[in-house]
Amino acid sequence: MSSPYRGLGVYAELTDRIEKSLSRFGIPRLIISGFLLLLFILALIMKMDLKILISDSLVRIGMNGILVLAMLPSLRCGAGLNFGLPVGVICGLLGGVLSLNWNITGFAGFFTAIAFSIPPAIIAGYLYALLLERVKGQEMMVGTYIGFSVVAGMCIFWLMAPIDNPALIFAIGGKGLRYTLTLNDTYAKILNNFLSFSLLGITIPTGLLLFFLLFCVLMYYFFRSKIGLAMTAVGANPMYAVSSGINVRKMRMSGIILSTVLAAIGIIVYSQSYGFLQLYTAPLYAAFPAMAAILIGGASLARASISHVLIGTILFQTLLTIALPVTQTILQGSDISEIARIIISNGMIIYALTRAERR
Amino acid sequence: MQEKTAPPTPRLEDRILAVLSRNAVPVFFAVLCLGGIIAARLDINFLVNEVLARLGRNSILVLSLLIPVMAGLGLNFGIVIGAMAGQIALIIITHYRLTGLTGICTAALLAIPFALLFGWLTALVLNKAKGREMVTGMILGFFANGLYQLVFLVLTGTVIPIKDEMLLLSSGIGVRNTVDLINVAGSLDRALDFLWNGLILVNWGPLRLGPWRVPVFTLVLTGLVCAATSFLIRTRLGQQMRAVGQDSRIAEVAGINVDRIRTTAIIISTILASWGQLVFLQNIGTMNTYNSHEQVGMFAIAALLVGGATTRRATIWNALIGVLLFHTLFVVSPLAGQKIFGIPQVGEYFRVFLAYGVIAVALALHAWQSSLRRKTAKQHGEKENSLESRPQD
Amino acid sequence: MSASTFLTLKNISKSYSGTHVLKKVNLSVKAGEIHSLLGENGAGKSTLMNILFGMPVIHETGGYKGGIILDGETVAITSPRDAMNLGIGMVHQEFMLLPGFTITENIKLNREITTENPISKIVGRSLETLDEEAMANDARAALQKLNLTVDESLPIAGLPVGYMQFVEIAREIDKKNVRFLVFDEPTAVLTEGEAKRLLDVMKRLSAEGIGILFITHRLDEVLEVSDTITILRDGEVVHRLAQNEANVELLAELMVGRKIERPTLPRRKTEPTDEDPILTIRDLQVKMPGELVKGINLNVRRGEILGIGGLAGHGKLGIANGVMGLYPATGKVRKDDKPVNLDSSKSALESGMAFVSEDRRGVGLLLTESIEMNIALTAMQIQNKFLRPGFFSALRLEDRKAMRERALRFIEELDIRCTGPTQPVQRLSGGNQQKVCLARAFTLDPDLLWVSEPTRGIDIGAKQLVLDLLVKFNRERGVTVIMTSSELAELRKICDRIAIVYEGRIVGILPSDASDLEFGLLMAGKNTRKEVG
Repeated sequence: MSSPYRGLGVYAELTDRIEKSLSRFGIPRLIISGFLLLLFILALIMKMDLKILISDSLVRIGMNGILVLAMLPSLRCGAGLNFGLPVGVICGLLGGVLSLNWNITGFAGFFTAIAFSIPPAIIAGYLYALLLERVKGQEMMVGTYIGFSVVAGMCIFWLMAPIDNPALIFAIGGKGLRYTLTLNDTYAKILNNFLSFSLLGITIPTGLLLFFLLFCVLMYYFFRSKIGLAMTAVGANPMYAVSSGINVRKMRMSGIILSTVLAAIGIIVYSQSYGFLQLYTAPLYAAFPAMAAILIGGASLARASISHVLIGTILFQTLLTIALPVTQTILQGSDISEIARIIISNGMIIYALTRAERR
Repeated sequence: MQEKTAPPTPRLEDRILAVLSRNAVPVFFAVLCLGGIIAARLDINFLVNEVLARLGRNSILVLSLLIPVMAGLGLNFGIVIGAMAGQIALIIITHYRLTGLTGICTAALLAIPFALLFGWLTALVLNKAKGREMVTGMILGFFANGLYQLVFLVLTGTVIPIKDEMLLLSSGIGVRNTVDLINVAGSLDRALDFLWNGLILVNWGPLRLGPWRVPVFTLVLTGLVCAATSFLIRTRLGQQMRAVGQDSRIAEVAGINVDRIRTTAIIISTILASWGQLVFLQNIGTMNTYNSHEQVGMFAIAALLVGGATTRRATIWNALIGVLLFHTLFVVSPLAGQKIFGIPQVGEYFRVFLAYGVIAVALALHAWQSSLRRKTAKQHGEKENSLESRPQD
Repeated sequence: MSASTFLTLKNISKSYSGTHVLKKVNLSVKAGEIHSLLGENGAGKSTLMNILFGMPVIHETGGYKGGIILDGETVAITSPRDAMNLGIGMVHQEFMLLPGFTITENIKLNREITTENPISKIVGRSLETLDEEAMANDARAALQKLNLTVDESLPIAGLPVGYMQFVEIAREIDKKNVRFLVFDEPTAVLTEGEAKRLLDVMKRLSAEGIGILFITHRLDEVLEVSDTITILRDGEVVHRLAQNEANVELLAELMVGRKIERPTLPRRKTEPTDEDPILTIRDLQVKMPGELVKGINLNVRRGEILGIGGLAGHGKLGIANGVMGLYPATGKVRKDDKPVNLDSSKSALESGMAFVSEDRRGVGLLLTESIEMNIALTAMQIQNKFLRPGFFSALRLEDRKAMRERALRFIEELDIRCTGPTQPVQRLSGGNQQKVCLARAFTLDPDLLWVSEPTRGIDIGAKQLVLDLLVKFNRERGVTVIMTSSELAELRKICDRIAIVYEGRIVGILPSDASDLEFGLLMAGKNTRKEVG
């Protein structure tokens, strides 16, 4: 009975299983995780303060999370990666500027910003969805340039905006909003500091993380509801959706609008943590890190879930946070974290674009 | 079975209308330019001089887009990568202190192997992303930019052992942000100065023309690229490219190696773009090591679209007219912004908005049209030309 | 060219993902012979021709077995280019013409006449300049051979369909080395006059010594031009005969006929009658590409199993897709005497109909989703099943438990082979995917079930199971079933009546025990009974 091949068979089965789970985990995710591990080890070797690094990572995860989450509905409803994310970001900035202008501070200011960014985001998202509906198959390309031109067009708006609050406009000239607007006097870090505490020297930005998780939970339930499942069906197979009596157009548009609204909320959360509202050309490339994160998390053009959002945001943002000090120390000053961000995020997107199965 | 009905000769005004509507985009931008010129009360001599310089500087980059359009790859956002090849060549000749025409010609030769390699790699990726070439090409440009920065900002002076005070940052690592191209500046523009220095200055009483400087040799080169492109269309290779561009499946069945043709198209485009970037930078005279190439793709594509091209059809005339109009607008809009709104930045932002907007509208229009076409085809119950719709018999 | 030139296909076998579509087929064509290949859809004709022409689709799906012998030598054909070099040309079922190219450019595609120039001498042949005049001359000569006087500098786009077919042929005969030509259903898109011209051209070409393989459904045409006729059925050669041995009736019978042991199906308490129609269709027209329906009237009896048969491309698939709102349709459809809105699937689904599409992967399934989700989703959207209230009443969340239960029940009942209800359906075999599609429809508790090509691409065991299920569903729950299938045999196994569709219309309805001959003739558009319902 105990043939010598038996052991071999078990071995083969084992390698087979390892191979399978590897491919399920995804090679890019593996590389990124490996890279992250390497950075951690380097940081340890160089006796860097890991506590600070982890605290910073947590903040960055929380502040970017909702922007990454905004990718989910657009992928789910079949519109692909939302390259037009800046459309929503602009609406968020608009809400932020309004609440600043009225000088509302604290949570009231924060929620006013959100409240006043949602209606424009719904309108802009609707118009944007209307357009994407007409350019099916080219959503990503058109979305990119719509996003770019909206940002550029809004630059003119920021310059001419009918706001004369001296704290917000250029000191010289008396017209035009400043490039960055500080939130220090209103709601900077309001979420970060909410219920925040220190654990083993690591500062936990409780409010920020809770806010992000709250949105994850909301999205989770949304995609478990009747309408959310209809949206998923539209993205997975529009013909199945049609044959199930689902209004494909409506679902796709709702997905894009939802994505736009999330982007608007996301940028406000981001800004309160960053401490500034960045206007003008700052939102130009807002979509790219968000796309990279969800793809690193394991999403593809055909499939995306909340876990992809969570894993991707954690991996990508931790990587970026740690890469900066580590590489700076190693390479004596030259900063490759920005370069790493460019290579990783665009590399991920190319990987997704070249792999995506054609329908 | 003879079926030839001579169309009735249309009236002149109908014909003019037809021409106008067929060229609605360039006509619209021409009107916009004219409006801007009037609003800004622009000095015409200044404008002509500027536009002449820009025509020489930008045309080859725009022309490099034509061949991929013909081969069905759409607008090649990957020419950014070709521009990088050109800049690598420039960095090398700057390091070896090559000057003048010898320098720029060496750069042109050096750029070829880089552009070949980059073009081949680009095509490798694009052939895996069929139907999504444009967005993939664009992201590929960003990605390559990251690698480019890695090589010249981090690896140069560390892994790549060169010492060059003029070229490198004071730390000895990384290429400077701006590289002075004084050694080769204008070397192409003025290569024919021994024949004619290209200066036009005419004073006929009240009529004063000039001073205009014509970049003579650059325009000659542009002409050569035009000639080469139209030659290519009339060759076997050109015919194969057009066939692939129309329907790659039919081309495949006709025995054409589709992927190879697409690769060839991208490589040609990349090489032309690298040369285009050389021409561009020798005219400017300095190189922003990390920025000069970034906007190349976008501005070239916007210019081509302003000239009336689409993602599936682009001619030499689209390219040249597009450069003229787009760059006129480029010169005019800040001044017009200043005059109309009193804020010069409005004009600055307006031209950026214009570049992005033109591309967005052109892409959207094209995608819209093709989806309309698909829809009507479906409504008429026509069989789609694809293997998928074919019952497996 | 010697008359001894032979093209022989020897023991050709081919399977697509496990389904055998060709089984050891032998075929031989002589120079100057017209050899017709006849068979139902799915008999394997096009696959055979795709193999002969080296089409990429063959090699992307794992190649084929057997050999191709030309002039006594075994040849390897791995691309269309190889076939062309060997002198084999093909006139395709769909046009392989570039609409933006002129007639000349299409005829000379990839075989352009070029002249040397200084650059090409250095770089290579691909940069030689086109000799447009010589190309035009060649094109004109080829067109003249076909008696076609049309300006060869016109673009293809805008030409009448018939012309395009001739341009295809002109392209093939322009190839100087062409010895064999394959015509894959060339007359399908032609008018009668054009078809006649085409047959004349074929005869002329064969007189010039070109061997022709002719694939068609039209029996008259076969009789008119063929020297030899081969009949293919289920991927096998079932008969070969000379032209003088054949007549329409014989061919029809051979094409369709097979021994059918019609199992005795359980009887119903009351047999369905015309008095009690569940569905009435009046003047239904459907614009489904490739399956146009051009005006159909049909009464479906409550409780029956109605078959819809006919050849591919004649519109039988369009009927279900039109009624179920998947393709643009016009006409009056009444279910239980209430009108059905054809604009979307919703109305049809709400009226108590369900549909199992012929396009399993394209319409029937969410490939990346789980079995339970596939089964439940349609019922959830239409009938609000599998939902439970969320935190507030308007929010209705999926009821995982109910979905799981239903899925487990079906997995057992239909014997779906899987690792569990959460397995994504893309990992299931074709037969099990089909069972999931059926479960999806059953979950809607329909009283009228449309099923299209339920056994396409699944193995024999699963085929029988699917048919048994439909019978069981019909008998035990009284559900009316309308089954559309290309396989007449399986329709005859379980249906009460079978309607045959020809060129977008129903040409006749036969009881399933009617003779092979009657079915064969109906499929060819010839009604012997003259009672169209």
